[in-house]
Amino acid sequence: MAEKEHNEHPRYMFIFLWLAILTAIEVAVAIPEYSIVIKGILLIGLACGKAFLVAAYFMHLKLEKRTLALIVITPFLICVFLVIMLMPDITLESRLAEYETPASETQESNEH
Amino acid sequence: MEQATTFDHAEDVYEPSLTPDSLGKLGMWIFLIGDTMSFGALLAAYAAVRAGAGIIGWVPPDEILGINLTAGMTFLLICSSVTMVKALESIQKGNVGRMCDFLGLTILGGIIFLGLQAYEWTHLIKHGLTLTGIPEHGLSGDLITGSNLFGPTFYAITGFHGLHVTGGVIYLIVILRNGWTGRYTAEYYHEVEIVGLYWHFVDLIWIMVFTFIYLL
Repeated sequence: MAEKEHNEHPRYMFIFLWLAILTAIEVAVAIPEYSIVIKGILLIGLACGKAFLVAAYFMHLKLEKRTLALIVITPFLICVFLVIMLMPDITLESRLAEYETPASETQESNEH
Repeated sequence: MEQATTFDHAEDVYEPSLTPDSLGKLGMWIFLIGDTMSFGALLAAYAAVRAGAGIIGWVPPDEILGINLTAGMTFLLICSSVTMVKALESIQKGNVGRMCDFLGLTILGGIIFLGLQAYEWTHLIKHGLTLTGIPEHGLSGDLITGSNLFGPTFYAITGFHGLHVTGGVIYLIVILRNGWTGRYTAEYYHEVEIVGLYWHFVDLIWIMVFTFIYLL
């Protein structure tokens, strides 16, 4: 155990360097204007990479039992599911907006 | 060690803890898992509100929020995470003085972060981003229109995170005080490790908030 931890320590500055580089890349990726889908995939990917580095090395999740790591990952997956579960609400609102506009137009034309 | 002696007479029913070296660590992990869900719920609600803005639309965040300052704040939190692991590393080697120095630096990082956030909020409120409305002009000077929900979601999420940083700073000050009284040694350092878990979690959440609220 002691030997293992001894090997982990010099990595801290290396992880720090990676986190700084990934933050710089994130800002560089975010500033130009282009497709929000590609931007979203890139940014969420980079953020997940940074989150992994912090959890695995700074929070020592790599040195803990694997079961703990699996338990910790679960809420993140549930959060993704949460967004998907809210989707019907989002699409309903935009569908209502689409539905209302032509309806009022036809009413107006009937009045004429 | 204590556990092993307690369960000596019931070896057949003994099940090792998920974190055998410290039960407090397991407790903190359970708290953090719950906290992930509160931030997850806030961010999911943000996604729903933003995607559901419909024809009113959502102002691009970079028209209202300055990214450069926040990128600096992100970097600052990453630095304070590094000083936190350095503090833990020091006490594991038995160097109490060095641990206190690094804990002090971590607290300083947290306080500067809060100061910058207060500066940012004051600036945004003066600019017109309130709980009920958005500024008339964007940072580029153009007229902007969009959902009024930009303000409340922004202040709720960054405010909730700021509250966590405030709590973390107080928590760290308590641990630093304990360190000064000589509570921690090379054998007894788990309380430092546990405050570290909390602090890194706050950093991790900021990485997510920075991405979803400021950059996307």
